[in-house]
Amino acid sequence: MSYWYYPGCSLKSNGGPYEESLLAVFRELDTPLWELDDWNCCGATSYMSIDEAQAFSLAARNLALAEQASRQSPEKGTPQLVAPCSACFLVLTKTQRYVKQHQDLARQVHTGLRAIGLDYQGAVQVRHPLDVFVNDIGIPRIRKAMKRSLDGLKVACYYGCQVVRPFATFDSAHNPTSMDRLVEALDAKPIPWPLKTRCCGGTLTGTIRDVGLRLSQILLKDAAQRGAEVVITVCPLCQFNLECYQQEIARTFRDTPRLPVLYLTQLMGKAFGIPDAALGMRRLFVSPEPAFARHQGGQPVHA
Amino acid sequence: MPDISGNGTPRIGVYVCHCGTNIAGVVDVKAVAEYAAKLHGVVVSREYKYMCSDPGQELIQQDIRDHRLDRIIVASCSPLLHEHTFRHATAQGGLNPYFFQMVNIRENVSWVNQDKQAATEKAKALVRAAVYRVGFHKALQRKQVPINPKVLVVGGGIAGIHAALTLANAGKKVYLVEREPTIGGHMAMFDKTFPTLDCAACILTPKMSAVKTHPNITLWTYSEVAQVDGYVGNFKVKIRRKPRYIHEELCVGCMECVTACIYKDGRFPDEFNQGLSKRKPVYIPFPQATPQLVLFDPDTCIQLKSGKCKQSCVEACDRKAIDFKQVAEMEEIEVGTVVLATGFQPFDATRVPYYGYGIYPNVYTALEVERLINASGPTGGDVVLRDGRTPKAVGIIHCVGSRDEKTNRWCSRVCCMYSLKLAHLVKEHTDAKLYNFYIDMRTPGKSYEEFYDKLLKEGVHFIRGRVAEVTNWARTPEEEGKLVVRVEDTLVGTVRRIPLDMVILAVGLEPRADAQEVRRLFNISCSTEGFFLERHPKLAPVNTFTDGIFIAGACQGPRDIPDAVAQAGAAAAEALALIDIGHVELEPNTAYIVEEDCSGCKSCIPLCPYSAITFSEEKKKAAINEALCKGCGTCVAACPSGSIRQNLFEDEQIFCEIDGLLSELAQIS
Amino acid sequence: MFKRTTGGDFARPVPRIPGPKDIRRHIAYESELDPTFGERIARKAYGEKLFSCIQCGTCSGTCPVSHYMDYTPRKIIAMIREGFRDEVLHCVTIWLCASCYACTVDCPREIKITDVMYALKQEAMSQGVYPSRFSIPVLAREFFRGVERGGRSNELPIMLRFFMKTNPLRMLQNAPVAWRLWRTGRLSLRREQTQQRDTIRTLLRAAKAEEEKAP
Repeated sequence: MSYWYYPGCSLKSNGGPYEESLLAVFRELDTPLWELDDWNCCGATSYMSIDEAQAFSLAARNLALAEQASRQSPEKGTPQLVAPCSACFLVLTKTQRYVKQHQDLARQVHTGLRAIGLDYQGAVQVRHPLDVFVNDIGIPRIRKAMKRSLDGLKVACYYGCQVVRPFATFDSAHNPTSMDRLVEALDAKPIPWPLKTRCCGGTLTGTIRDVGLRLSQILLKDAAQRGAEVVITVCPLCQFNLECYQQEIARTFRDTPRLPVLYLTQLMGKAFGIPDAALGMRRLFVSPEPAFARHQGGQPVHA
Repeated sequence: MPDISGNGTPRIGVYVCHCGTNIAGVVDVKAVAEYAAKLHGVVVSREYKYMCSDPGQELIQQDIRDHRLDRIIVASCSPLLHEHTFRHATAQGGLNPYFFQMVNIRENVSWVNQDKQAATEKAKALVRAAVYRVGFHKALQRKQVPINPKVLVVGGGIAGIHAALTLANAGKKVYLVEREPTIGGHMAMFDKTFPTLDCAACILTPKMSAVKTHPNITLWTYSEVAQVDGYVGNFKVKIRRKPRYIHEELCVGCMECVTACIYKDGRFPDEFNQGLSKRKPVYIPFPQATPQLVLFDPDTCIQLKSGKCKQSCVEACDRKAIDFKQVAEMEEIEVGTVVLATGFQPFDATRVPYYGYGIYPNVYTALEVERLINASGPTGGDVVLRDGRTPKAVGIIHCVGSRDEKTNRWCSRVCCMYSLKLAHLVKEHTDAKLYNFYIDMRTPGKSYEEFYDKLLKEGVHFIRGRVAEVTNWARTPEEEGKLVVRVEDTLVGTVRRIPLDMVILAVGLEPRADAQEVRRLFNISCSTEGFFLERHPKLAPVNTFTDGIFIAGACQGPRDIPDAVAQAGAAAAEALALIDIGHVELEPNTAYIVEEDCSGCKSCIPLCPYSAITFSEEKKKAAINEALCKGCGTCVAACPSGSIRQNLFEDEQIFCEIDGLLSELAQIS
Repeated sequence: MFKRTTGGDFARPVPRIPGPKDIRRHIAYESELDPTFGERIARKAYGEKLFSCIQCGTCSGTCPVSHYMDYTPRKIIAMIREGFRDEVLHCVTIWLCASCYACTVDCPREIKITDVMYALKQEAMSQGVYPSRFSIPVLAREFFRGVERGGRSNELPIMLRFFMKTNPLRMLQNAPVAWRLWRTGRLSLRREQTQQRDTIRTLLRAAKAEEEKAP
C-alpha cells in the first residue's frame, strides 16, 4: 500500500527532522510516500481566524489535488493523504467533514476550486502517520523491522491536542494509546501520563509568550517527574515548543528539566537501526544520546 | 336492533364538534354540518360546541329517539380520547354502540392545517367518507373474559415488594419473582436514605420478612420469567427457577457450609459489596437476605466445575440440604395481571475514563461508597481507601453519566440528593473536607430543600462547576500524591484546583441492560431512552399499552424511593381494579374466518403475532381465538382467498370510506 | 497584561487595597445589548447548540488557559446568548484560545466552543476590534498575506514582518532561538511556494465572493 504525502509548511523548515525521519521510516517499512505535487499551506489557525470560506477553500485545494493525483496515477495508491503535522491533519480533516455537512460552506469551497480548475468530490481520506503505523502497517510488522531494541527506555508519549481532538478518528480523545503501544513494541517503556493530550501552548509561545511557555513547562516538568527520559511527539509545533524553547522556558521558570524531545519517527528510526544523520538527530537542540546510551543493553534483534 | 348492512338506507345523525376554538378556529364547522346534511342517508346534521359534554351526549340520545336514527357519526377529536364516550352515548340512546363512527377533524385536520379553506374541505371529505362507511357497520357485542385474580410481580426491589404486599393484603394471591438470590433490590445496599437518614435496612427488612411470611405471596427468588403467553386476565407464564444446589425446605441459613468451604477466605468479588470484598463460592448475599438460604455459584464452586472436591460443606450440613445434582426447574403459572418492577442499573463509570474510575484506585462510585459506609459492608462501616488510609479531602462529582449527550441525556433525579446524603455521611465518618461539584442542585421532593440547607450548614463545600477530568497531576506541594480536580467555580467566578484523597462519582440511573429483552417478553414498549414506556406520562404512568401489564418503580424512569413506593401502590390498585371487576371486556375489532371460504392453506397461522390462529385438523380449516386476537389485521390482509375478515374493518366498509374520500377529489384540489 | 505574581510561581496576586476611585458602576440595560448577536455567532459557528448551554463550566474547567482569561469560555457563551457583544469582542479570551479543542470534546451538550471562538476572532478582526499592535491578529494577517502571495508559509519573512509590526524588541528576545534553528539547519531561507503565482489568490477571491453573495 502506498500513500500521498502532504508535508505542510513546518516540515520543510523547523520540522525538517520530522520529514527526514518520516521518509526514512516509511522507506524502511516498504511503504512508499508520494509527495503531493504543488501542495499549498493548509492555513492552520491563522486562516481560520480571519475567514472560514477562504480557510476551508485553501485547505480543500490540497484534497482536490490528492484526488486528482490519484485519478491520474492510480498505481501510486488510493486517495489516502498522510499529513504528519497534527495541525495540518486537523485542518484537512475538518475541511473534509464541514464541507460534507454544511451546504453553504460546500458551495463556497466548490466555487473557489472551480475558479482554479479543480474539483473535489470528497473521496480522499486524510490520515495521520500514527494511524497508518498502528492500523495499516500494524504493530507486528513494525516490531519485525526493529534491529536495535530500545531496552526499556522510559518514554513520555505526547499526543498533543489536534491529532485526537476533536476528530478522534483512530484513537480515543481522552486516553489515546496508539503511540504507547507502538513504542512498547519497540521495547521502550511508555510512562502512564494523564497530561499526554494537554495543550503545549501552540502558537501562544510566539504571541503571548509567558502563557505559551508555561503550558510547555508544565508538560516537561511533569514528564520528568514521572521518570521520562525522552518525550516523543507527532507534531512539529509541539516539538518546537517543547524543545526549541526549552532554554527560554528554563529561564522563565526555575524548575524546568532538560529533556530530549524527539519525533516519534526518529525514535522508530533509531530502533530500526537507521543512521542518525538520516533521521535528523543532529538537528535536535537537546541530544537524546545520553538517554540512548543508558539503554545499550538492546542486542540487535533478528526478525 | 335494525341491522342495515347495506340493504335499505341508513338513518344517519352527523355531529360536528367545535371543540371550543380547537376545531372551529380553523374548520368552518357550520359549513361542514350543512354539507353533511345534504349527503345521502343523513337525517340529522348538527354542529355543537363540545360534543363530549353531557348536553352533547344528550343531544345524540335525544336525536336517536326523535328521529329514529340508526347510525351516528361524530366529527371531533381523536378516537383515542372519546370514541368510548360516544359509543357509550350511542348505546344509552338505544343503539348498538358499534353503529357509531368517529371522524377525527382535530388532530388530523384543524391541528395540522393553517389554510382554513383546505381544512374545511378536508373535514368535509372525511365526514363524507364516514357517511359512506357507516351504513355498512354491523351490530357487534363486546366479549367478556374473566380475569384470573392471581398476580405476578416481577422484581423484588422496594417497588415490587410494596406492590406484592398491597395486593396480598387485599386478599389476592401473588407470585413474586426475583432474579437475584434475595429480594431487597438496590435499596438493600444503601446505608441511610434521604432525606430522613432512615437506615435503609431497618425500614426495608420488615417489609422483606412480611413478604416471606405472607400466606398470599409465593416468593420465588433466583428465578426469571422465561416466557409469557396470553392476554389480559389470562396470562400463562413460564418461570425458570435457577438451581441454588440446596433443598430449600431443608436449608435454615445457618451458614455452616460457608465456614466449612475448602476456600479458607473469600476469593471471588462479592457482588453485593460491589466487588470491594471477596466471597466464597457458597454464600449468602447479605446477612438479612430473604429468603435466608445459601447458594452455590456454579462458575466458582470447584465441585460444580470439576466434580472433584472434598465437599466439606456437605459434611458440615447436618440437615443434608446440599444437592449438587440440582437442575433448573420450570414452573408454569396462570395469572390475570402482571406488575413489572424490575428496577434500574447504575451507570457504568468505566465509560467515562476521564474521571479516573478503574485507573486511580481512590475513585469510587456512589454505590461502592454506600457499601463502605454501611456497618455490614466490606470495611465494617469505616470509610477507608483501598490502601487503608482515611481520606482527609473527599470530592463528590455530580452528573456522572447524566445530562450528557455523550452518555445519557436525562437527569437521573436522585443523584443530587444522594450526593448530599453521602457528603453528610462521609463527613460524619471521617471528618474530612467535603466538596460537591455540581451543575444544578436538584432537590424537588418533600423535605429535600431542608436537607440541602442542613448540608450547607455542615460546612460542605458546594462548588458549582462540572468536573472535566480527575488526574494525579500535581502543580503545588499540597497536591503531591493526591487526586486533583480542576474546575471553574462558576459562582465565585474563578478557576480552582482542589486536591483530594478520594473521589466519589455520583453515577446516574439507567435502564437495565436487558430491558429490551424483558419488554419483548411482556409485549410492552420502551421509550427512546430505554425505560419501559407508560401509556400516558401524566394520566396513566403505571399502565402500559398492553392491557393487564403494569409498571412500577425505576424501570419506568429514574426515581427515588417515595415515588417508587407510590407507583407500586398505584400499579397494585390498577391490578386490583381489574381483578375486582372480575372480567375484562374485549373490543370486538377482531378478525374472523368465513369457514366456507377457507381453503386450509395455513398461510395465516405463522403470521399472527399473538398466536391467535390455530388449525383444526378435523375441519381442515383455520380458527381464530377471539380472546387472543388483537385485531392487528395481518391475517386479514394476507389471506389469499379473502376468507378472513375483520369486524369494524370489513371490505365494504373500507372501500366505501375510500370512495367517500375520493369522490369529490377535484373539488379539493 | 499579566501581573507578576508575588511569592513565587503559585501564589494568587494579592488584590490592591481599593480607594474611592475604585468604586465603579456596573449595570447592563436591555437597550444596550445586541439581541441579534447570539443568533449571528451561532450561525457563523455552525452552532445552534450554543443555546443549549447549561452553564456547567466544564469548558472552563478543562481549558488549559482559562485561568488567564478575563471571561472564561462558559461566561463567553452566556454573554453571547444575552447579547453582550461589546464585552465579548473586547476581551482577551478569544485571543488566548489556542484551539486545543478540549472544551469541544468535553462539553456535555456537544457545543463546538472552539468554532465559537474562531467566529468571535473573525468578528473582532473584521471589525478591527483589537489594539493595533496586538500580536495574534497581526500574526494572523501576516500569515494570511504570506500564504496568499506564495501558496506556502515561509517562517522567516512572516516572523520578521510580525516582529516589526508588533514589537521589534522581540526580535532580540527570539534571536537565540533563531540562531539555534539556523545552526541546526531548521531555519530555511529557501522560499517555498506553489508553482503558479496567482492560483491561491484566485482561489481565495472566488471563495470570498461566493460567501459574500449570502443566501
